[in-house]
Amino acid sequence: MSERLAVRKTYKLFIGGAFPRSESGRSYVVTSSKGDFLANVSKASRKDARDAVTAARKAFPGWSGATAYNRGQILYRVAEMLEGRRAQFAAEVADADGVGAKKAGELVDAAVDRLVWYAGWSDKIGAVLGASNPVAGPYFNLSSPEPTGVVAVVAPPSAPLLGLVSVIAPVVVTGNTCVVIASERAPLPSITLAEVLATSDLPGGVVNILTGSAAEIAPWLAGHMDVNAVDLTGAAPDLAVTCEELAAENLKRVLRPAAKPVDWLADPGVERMAAFLETKTVWHPIGT
Amino acid sequence: MFEYAPAPESRDIVDIRPSYGLFINGEWVEPQGEERHKTINPATEEVLSEIAYASEADVDRAVEAARKAFATWSALPGSERAKYIFRIARIIQERSRELAVLESLDNGKPIRESRDVDLPLVAAHFFYYAGWADKLSHAGFGADPRPLGVAGQVIPWNFPLLMLAWKIAPALACGNTVVLKPAETTPLTALAFAEICRQADLPPGVVNIVTGAGETGAALVRHPGVDKVAFTGSTEVGRLIAKTVAGSRKKLTLELGGKAANIVFEDAAIDQAVEGVVNGIFFNQGHVCCAGSRLLVQESIAEEMLDALKRRLSTLRLGDPLDKNTDIGAINSAAQLAKIRELSEAGESEGAERWSPVCPIPDRGFWFPPTVFTGVAQSHRIAREEIFGPVLSVLTFRTPAEAIEKANNTPYGLSAGVWTEKGSLMLWAAARLRAGVVWSNTFNRFDPTSPFGGYKESGYGREGGRHGLEAYLDV
Repeated sequence: MSERLAVRKTYKLFIGGAFPRSESGRSYVVTSSKGDFLANVSKASRKDARDAVTAARKAFPGWSGATAYNRGQILYRVAEMLEGRRAQFAAEVADADGVGAKKAGELVDAAVDRLVWYAGWSDKIGAVLGASNPVAGPYFNLSSPEPTGVVAVVAPPSAPLLGLVSVIAPVVVTGNTCVVIASERAPLPSITLAEVLATSDLPGGVVNILTGSAAEIAPWLAGHMDVNAVDLTGAAPDLAVTCEELAAENLKRVLRPAAKPVDWLADPGVERMAAFLETKTVWHPIGT
Repeated sequence: MFEYAPAPESRDIVDIRPSYGLFINGEWVEPQGEERHKTINPATEEVLSEIAYASEADVDRAVEAARKAFATWSALPGSERAKYIFRIARIIQERSRELAVLESLDNGKPIRESRDVDLPLVAAHFFYYAGWADKLSHAGFGADPRPLGVAGQVIPWNFPLLMLAWKIAPALACGNTVVLKPAETTPLTALAFAEICRQADLPPGVVNIVTGAGETGAALVRHPGVDKVAFTGSTEVGRLIAKTVAGSRKKLTLELGGKAANIVFEDAAIDQAVEGVVNGIFFNQGHVCCAGSRLLVQESIAEEMLDALKRRLSTLRLGDPLDKNTDIGAINSAAQLAKIRELSEAGESEGAERWSPVCPIPDRGFWFPPTVFTGVAQSHRIAREEIFGPVLSVLTFRTPAEAIEKANNTPYGLSAGVWTEKGSLMLWAAARLRAGVVWSNTFNRFDPTSPFGGYKESGYGREGGRHGLEAYLDV
């Protein structure tokens, strides 16, 4: 009996909860760390990037207006779905990073745990970053964190799953929506993650994932007037400068690449959440 | 309207030198450049003094002094830094009348405001942040948060000394040293503050004041020895600064323009709302980034509200800023007056209806009467652009959803106002307004414990409260 021929997956973009090919028809070859052919992956165009921003903007009122409890539940659901596909992700991470099966499994476990960790933050971050302010007068005065809006994220080129989850979760757990540029070299885990997101009760458009050239796509997003913030964690130094300059045009919040290489296994702290939160302070007189 | 006899505050209390150098390393030094400019009283156009325009080399000297002072200042125990800042707060209280008069002379704002609003808030701000200096490990930024280094700070002319306090107090409390550039039209209280630093025996170089215009500010912002840039001013300049620091490790906070909506729902207490709307746009001649420059009033009460508003505006007194009965002082500069005139003319030519109360205007100085535009469309320039003057644009709405839609229809997001007697409606609206400060049934309230700053193109970072520390810590 001849060996069965495997059915391969077509890797497409993830925009507004759907999986379109690039409208440009472009694709590029992705290989394993050993150089073996893995897939032809969609190469996102400017139009795709704009469509993704539109989808993220459309999803923002509903997602930011959902209860923190609900957002936490959905992120926890994402962790559940990821856990269920552990073997598939481990294989993709092993291919992409050339790590052994055991290490790859540990990285997937860390990604699942990271999601669970952030899921728990949804209804606690307000208590940590908010404040009741004792103003010198008869006023009630309360500061609360609110999501910034649509965030463009350049995911780290290495750590294709753990790094990706570690930049997406802190952005969306607080109510932002995002457009993520996946690792150009190792995008396959990002699209498999999109399949997880699509089956986790996460509303369409909350996370949009583009594959392709970060050097091409990131400036389009950094210069887009309906994007509120950019996370340049995965941007090369020259690209980060270009994007920060473009971001100045409508005063986007900018998270610069870290000065030192990031250890994705370390405790992330609240910084990534805080970077994409605004503080709103409400005053009201007190009196009879 | 009652007749009031003039009640001028005496200006004998201030002692203005004919010219000022730069305050660098605890000393008054002559600028290396030749350029000097006059600073005038905008109410009379009388020359008050001559100030230096610091050159790139002058800025370099100031940054170097701040760098040198940083090592020892940041190494002081927080409790010692706190005591210096407490001293400064006390000296400001002791000299508050003098500083209020000086502020009104140089800026044109009514003495009632500089005396009752600006100066008390300035002292309170230093008191508040003094107390943080030895409590930073409890502020939620880790066990031992470190300062950034040298802060380059550029401030505007609308609240000269208050903006200085907002910048310098948290910077020093966190252990940074500063180089501050006041606005070219209002440098005098910052120069008086330099003297206060000397009276407080603040170590040389911890605070440096360099006067000048845009070029001096640009030299400070791009100086490689600056670790932190803090700017309050126009969105246009904020953009340039954000571009300038791109690619550096400089931390940046920006407090920029606004076009705040004051939303009055039909169940609001009308008289209180009118007072709030008047305070919202005519306080400080409308030279306020968070001014309520758009009145959104529910259609069912628009007529009643406008009648009451016009009645109230007819009682405002415009004139001598040093007169204790003055409500509306002088426009800060000829350039600003030209801008207000240009936008007001655009309002008329685009079809809005212009109204001002009968209001005698002094012969000299820069003045603009309180002005209300009705029939304003969202597309009009006076509904979109920051006027930064005593000009109110009135729009109407029918449903709460429409009010929110219109209020948020601006690239700015600094502040907003909500007037209603219904608590649930207030909280509903406050949650949907994309603005950093929401005043409900009040407006233009400030406090050192309360974070202030904008969403969207109104900038980023917060000043005031625990949140205000983050701008000056390496976190």
